[in-house]
Amino acid sequence: MRNLKLIIKREYNARVRNKSFIIMTILSPVILVGMVFLVVYLSSLNNEEVRNIAVLDQSELLQDALEDSENLKFIFLDGMDLENAKIISLESKYHGLLYIPHTDSLTALDQNLQFFVEGSPNISAIQYIEKSLNSKLTNLKLEQDGVDLMQIEASKSNVDIHIENYKGEQTSKMSSWIKAIFGGAAGYLLMMFIIIYGNMVMRSVIEEKTNRIIEIIISSVKPYHLMMGKIIGTSLAGITQFLIWVVLGGILLFVATSVFGLQIENSSVANQEMIDQVNNSGLQTVINDILRLPMTTLIISFLFFFIGGYFLYSSFYAAIGAAVDNETDTQQFMFPIIIPLMLAIYVGFFAVIENPHGTVAVVFSYIPLTSPIVMLMRIPFGVPWWEILISLLLLFATFALVVWFAAKIYRVGILMYGKKPTYKELYKWLKY
Amino acid sequence: MENLLVAENVYKNFGKFTALNDISISVPKGSIFGLLGPNGAGKTTFIRIINQIMMPDSGKLYLDGEPLQAHHIQNIGYLPEERGLYKSMKVGEQALYLAQLKGLSKTQAKERLKYWFERLDIGNWWDKKIEELSKGMAQKVQFIVTVLHEPKLLIFDEPFSGFDPVNANLIKDEILQLRDDGATIIFSTHRMESVEELCDHIALIHNANKLLDGKLNDIKLTYKSNTYEVGLICSNQKQLKNDLRDRFVLSDANFKTIGDELKVNIKIEANQSPNDLISYLTTKGQMNHFVEVIPSVNDIFIQTVAKK
Repeated sequence: MRNLKLIIKREYNARVRNKSFIIMTILSPVILVGMVFLVVYLSSLNNEEVRNIAVLDQSELLQDALEDSENLKFIFLDGMDLENAKIISLESKYHGLLYIPHTDSLTALDQNLQFFVEGSPNISAIQYIEKSLNSKLTNLKLEQDGVDLMQIEASKSNVDIHIENYKGEQTSKMSSWIKAIFGGAAGYLLMMFIIIYGNMVMRSVIEEKTNRIIEIIISSVKPYHLMMGKIIGTSLAGITQFLIWVVLGGILLFVATSVFGLQIENSSVANQEMIDQVNNSGLQTVINDILRLPMTTLIISFLFFFIGGYFLYSSFYAAIGAAVDNETDTQQFMFPIIIPLMLAIYVGFFAVIENPHGTVAVVFSYIPLTSPIVMLMRIPFGVPWWEILISLLLLFATFALVVWFAAKIYRVGILMYGKKPTYKELYKWLKY
Repeated sequence: MENLLVAENVYKNFGKFTALNDISISVPKGSIFGLLGPNGAGKTTFIRIINQIMMPDSGKLYLDGEPLQAHHIQNIGYLPEERGLYKSMKVGEQALYLAQLKGLSKTQAKERLKYWFERLDIGNWWDKKIEELSKGMAQKVQFIVTVLHEPKLLIFDEPFSGFDPVNANLIKDEILQLRDDGATIIFSTHRMESVEELCDHIALIHNANKLLDGKLNDIKLTYKSNTYEVGLICSNQKQLKNDLRDRFVLSDANFKTIGDELKVNIKIEANQSPNDLISYLTTKGQMNHFVEVIPSVNDIFIQTVAKK
């Protein structure tokens, strides 16, 4: 036990004192926050540009439908033919020319509109024009058929269903989105953590082999202790990095938002639909939704599933590191490790979000290789505690089994130099 | 004499490959024990079994009378042939870590490290990283780490490789000093001249089998062939050589003198006395050289391995 502690301490220090660890830990949140601001800044730059659009309306029906907006300015050209209008709009460097031909029938008009543009048109400009003309044309047609527009306006309804659960708590329509986002983020983070820190364990094993210090060390400690010390020490370094990120990221975001006001919330949410829903159901319910997530369960489960999942995978990584002499030889063994991780992420993003308690989602949240990720994604949707417990038990039982195999391969592998072993040879090592 | 390490009927297989076949060896306390054998003979496997890096398939090992157990690791110091250190770790920190793994407390380790660093003249290396040191310098650190916890049994696998002659000599003297201080040393090497110089017991392993073992002098006695190197000053060397050839088995000798005498190796039967040979030879001319040919470890090694 004393030796295990010494190894954990050394491994932890070796990871944490590494220059790239320090740089990564400090720079990552800065880069991330910086990127968010860069994107926000660039898209706001983009939006500030005002586009001039020339309009040649020979039908003289639709002019009043086009109102200038924040980004669009309409310039109406009168008393000229199409050729001249084209030349003018090109010479004046207008964004485009909207051509509405003379017509006798309203029905023919909507298919005969033309938009001339140099290069490619701005999508939102086109959408804006289409939307405006659509409603104007519809109204014109209705009027032509003798329908009273006032009556129609009066009869329009605005349905907004208020969703409550049976306990009477109001939830927003965003609720399932929020759950999916939190679950997805937790699962994705866990996967990244497993890959990054698993690789660190593997590299550290290979380093000991290439430095040839391995035999000196295992003449003092059991290979099993060395392997476990390495896995635990590295995981502690990972947790340290994660906590620093959380704190740093929090501080940076806080500073940034208080300096720039609440700009981010207004412009960074890309999905128009989501903004509508936020506006409809109110920010307060969304915050309530977030607060009502099983946060304690999520955080505790994250911890346990992280420990179980990371330990399970890093035993594989340690065994691989022991089996080869250098990092380039690891490729063929890495493949089987990455597959279940990718599978878990795909199952999570497709099956869980679609139906968090469907058969596929449930089965994959029990299978130990995929359970950490899939279960974490399911938890925000509400999973009974006994399901989590069974999944964790399976995970840790598998870990115990895998670590036993990994230790055998590790024990033989660390003393083997030379050619890259095949799977068949690895199997033989289990019996030495 | 009491034995510090006893191995009884040790077997070890790797799949179908036999690495050790019924090896029994006794290492007397306070001796320097040479473990010899060609490459791939099984020496390293045997050493790893002593260090409990591997378990034997069958057979027993005893250290100081007790069956070998995990805690005995603290009584063994091992300098492997394949040795290295963490490149990016500082010398002092690294030595402290390795010493603590061997069971020393931090303060104890620090104290002894200071002593050894001074002794081997590397006191100012404490804060250097290993990657800044030369190979020979790193070897000194490894040597210190091996002996720091004052183990009863020291195992050196090719200890002199990588050292320049000056430092090799320094390490050799340290090894002899450790033996005089009461440690028992197992010494595995190909370099026969250092075996000759250091070892008092040897065992020879070849193709997983032990071919011979025992006191070096006893082995030499059994391997000597009653051959004597003779230098004779006489008038007719050719005539004398023919006379001798009729009575003994002759071969050419090769030794340096200042004169111009007949140089021959003369082999006599085991029941003949060298004194009779001397009396006979003195009648033939003036004898200025008479030495018994004692086989070197190198000869024994080659002879034994070739025979199999």
